[in-house]
Amino acid sequence: MDNIILEMRGITKTFPGVKALDNVNLKVREGEIHALVGENGAGKSTLMKVLSGVYPAGTYDGEIHYDREVRNFSTISDSEHLGIIIIHQELALVPLLSIAENIFLGNEIATNGVIDWPKTFSRTQELLSKVGLKEPPTTRITDIGVGKQQLVEIAKALSKKVRLLILDEPTASLNETDSDALLKLLMEFRKQGMTSIIISHKLNEIKKVADKITILRDGGTVETLDCHSEDIGEDRIIKGMVGRDMEDRYPPREPKIGETLLEVKNWNVFHQQHRDRQFLHNINFNVRAGEVVGIAGLMGAGRTETVMSIFGKSWGHKITGEVFMHGKLVDVSTIPRAIDAGLAYVTEDRKQLGLVLNNNIMHNTTLSNLNAVAANGVIDDHKERKVATDYRSKLRIRSHSIYQEAVNLSGGNQQKVVLSKWLFTSPEVLILDEPTRGIDVGAKYEIYTIINQLAAEGKGILMISSEMPELLGTCDRIYVMNEGRIVAELSKKEASQESIMRAIMRSGEKH
Amino acid sequence: MVAETSAPKTTPSIGDYLRNNIREYGLLVALVVIMLFFQFLTAGVLFRPVNLTNLVLQNSFIVIMALGMLLIIVAGHIDLSVGSIVAFTGGLSAIMLVKWGLHFSIVVPLCLVLGGLVGAAQGYWVAYRKIPAFIVTLAGMLVFRGLTYLVLQNRPIGPFPKDFQLLSTGFIPDFLYFINPLPGVITNFFALVAVLVLVALAIYYGIKDRRTNDLHGTENEPFAFFVLQMGIISAVAIFLGFQLSTYKGFPNVLVVMALLIALYTFVTTRSTIGRRIYAMGGNEKAAKLSGINTERLTFYTFVNMGVLAALAGMIIAARLNSATPKAGVGFELDVIAACFIGGASASGGVGKITGAVIGAFIMGVMNNGMSIMGLGIDYQQLVKGLVLLAAVFFDVYNKNKG
Repeated sequence: MDNIILEMRGITKTFPGVKALDNVNLKVREGEIHALVGENGAGKSTLMKVLSGVYPAGTYDGEIHYDREVRNFSTISDSEHLGIIIIHQELALVPLLSIAENIFLGNEIATNGVIDWPKTFSRTQELLSKVGLKEPPTTRITDIGVGKQQLVEIAKALSKKVRLLILDEPTASLNETDSDALLKLLMEFRKQGMTSIIISHKLNEIKKVADKITILRDGGTVETLDCHSEDIGEDRIIKGMVGRDMEDRYPPREPKIGETLLEVKNWNVFHQQHRDRQFLHNINFNVRAGEVVGIAGLMGAGRTETVMSIFGKSWGHKITGEVFMHGKLVDVSTIPRAIDAGLAYVTEDRKQLGLVLNNNIMHNTTLSNLNAVAANGVIDDHKERKVATDYRSKLRIRSHSIYQEAVNLSGGNQQKVVLSKWLFTSPEVLILDEPTRGIDVGAKYEIYTIINQLAAEGKGILMISSEMPELLGTCDRIYVMNEGRIVAELSKKEASQESIMRAIMRSGEKH
Repeated sequence: MVAETSAPKTTPSIGDYLRNNIREYGLLVALVVIMLFFQFLTAGVLFRPVNLTNLVLQNSFIVIMALGMLLIIVAGHIDLSVGSIVAFTGGLSAIMLVKWGLHFSIVVPLCLVLGGLVGAAQGYWVAYRKIPAFIVTLAGMLVFRGLTYLVLQNRPIGPFPKDFQLLSTGFIPDFLYFINPLPGVITNFFALVAVLVLVALAIYYGIKDRRTNDLHGTENEPFAFFVLQMGIISAVAIFLGFQLSTYKGFPNVLVVMALLIALYTFVTTRSTIGRRIYAMGGNEKAAKLSGINTERLTFYTFVNMGVLAALAGMIIAARLNSATPKAGVGFELDVIAACFIGGASASGGVGKITGAVIGAFIMGVMNNGMSIMGLGIDYQQLVKGLVLLAAVFFDVYNKNKG
């Protein structure tokens, strides 16, 4: 167990104008799970790209020792050849090909270019059983969930005789059950002697599995913590990441709750694709002025579908039920009507659904309410610029100007641009779907602060999140959803991780 | 932190500015270089007043269609049917004018409406039925070509009444002939005066714009650049205006084209519709979730294309003085190429009217220059293909570098 399998010494990597890594050191023992943490932009992914040969030897300074030898990888296949396999955050699977085809993509079991299917399938079966997947090898990737896709990626890594597995935010898009399964698998691999490096923002998970934690900040190594010699708390890790103590991850708030703003009654929705299957059953909920209401639930519980079906019927079909604002029935059958009714929806996936990435901050900010900066269809440049400038400073969007393209912003700043867009429509109820996914601790705190300000202004906030601590830390009331139904409504006092999970488990037993 | 985000932006250096706008200036420089190149190779024929007039007449319809095509490409689609719509509407106008004897003041608007309906027929499938535009308009290309043969019964129809021909062959008359100081040299004094007035107006509004920008704290381009740019554009405009004034003056088509270019530049840069098209092309789902009626917007970009193609169809018919079933074959490719040379992105969301217009003229000057030199259609196609590839490679190269 005392073998150092990997040592990266004094790694420095510069991009034009930016020092992404500055003298970074990383030492990984064979057979351990080594966590790599740090805020977005701290250099975690860059470091792993240096290691795997995405940035070839010569484009960085420093040395990589692997298996006690200095290695100079010039391509990814060089590092893969020695068993260093990296699984990126965005999965590299071909959706319309089968599991088996994906696992052996580029590495087919073939003689003279003719694929040996029986052998391929039996090998796939072996690999799948190692990762605990029961799907037949012929299943197409698009037909399985993200959690299982992640397992297929791992099976693919296993097929390449992996010795050092690198996972970049493997659980970012997984629900708790899938995340747990994945972490258990990593611990299982550890027993078999495999080494892994895991990059993650989810500190509770890291605490659960990691033997060592290396913290990066602003492109430099801060420290490496040994989880076995001392008891490392989350606050300890955060302190290392942000370079200061973070007493409270959730800014305090005195809720001043007023009248009911949004009320949804008897909401029933059929599935968008499987049109004869009812997906949402008799949903009833409300949001009051100045209140932050959470919706908890596992992936696939129907949370996003619920809010999307309400927001201009942008999901589902055969939608029935009533939506009230201020006690009056409103028409939300199209997105413009939903906006007029006072709703705004910050989508889960900001890159695909939230932003026009190649447009600048200003254009994204005014997109939903363009008429407010225009007269007779002609845009008033100066008015538009003023709106964008105001939101940029109000929400502290870090950028060199309002003309910077959204694609070049960090996740947290992108999210603030999406928020600006919706705040500019002056909504009464703001629906937030996973508002802090994939953004770093500091930016999360700022988003929570914005949420609190909005609530204090008397707006109603409806927030979906898969991170239970986040819901518990910010919400006044939490609805729990499971399998297309609301199964519990918990007050701030009643709500806890246990009570939420209990509500989900109990409702599962009934069906 | 607040200070950091609200700090005023320092003015960009000339180098920065050039780097950010290399596409537009590069394109303009390319056009000028190509013109000078052919001016040299054709021993001065290219810039002769007659040839300049021809250049405008030959390319006006490509430019006009490129305006609509740019919107379609920016919206993330394509239209392969414009060549067939040209023939179809040209044919319909011929039947109405020649066979039915209707007056052109009825026929022209009617054909524009018919063009719009053709565009609507295709836009419906693209926008509301979600069939890829490539397939819908490929079908449209065949259908409307077939319909053209049917309505024309395989025969060309012509000649047209004189007043309709003026659309293509007419010139703006010299209203100011009585004060022409150089009747021997200048044959249309009005054209020269008009150019001078336009240049003066452009400079006036350019300066005024900079003033208001300063007032509101909006970034201006570096002053040296403004002067240089205005100087070059004014000099070129005055030169071309002078050349035209020594022949017959402004062709009617030039005026139509210039007005349309101005209108579409305005729509794409200043109007909410234009902004929404760019947003939709950049990310259709995000645009839709932002409350934009993407279906209706897509539908109308195709209607608009149909109207412009109908206008082009009538200009071509009037120019050839006959409507033939083979009119406009292959035009869709020239129009699409003009947009891509002009910097539009095949994946949508990116492209400028000025780019597409310059792109169309680059193609037009090459056609014209090579024709004067006596190069065959074989070489012309070869060269045009390579220029298209080079222009797009330049884009991709720039993007990867930046």
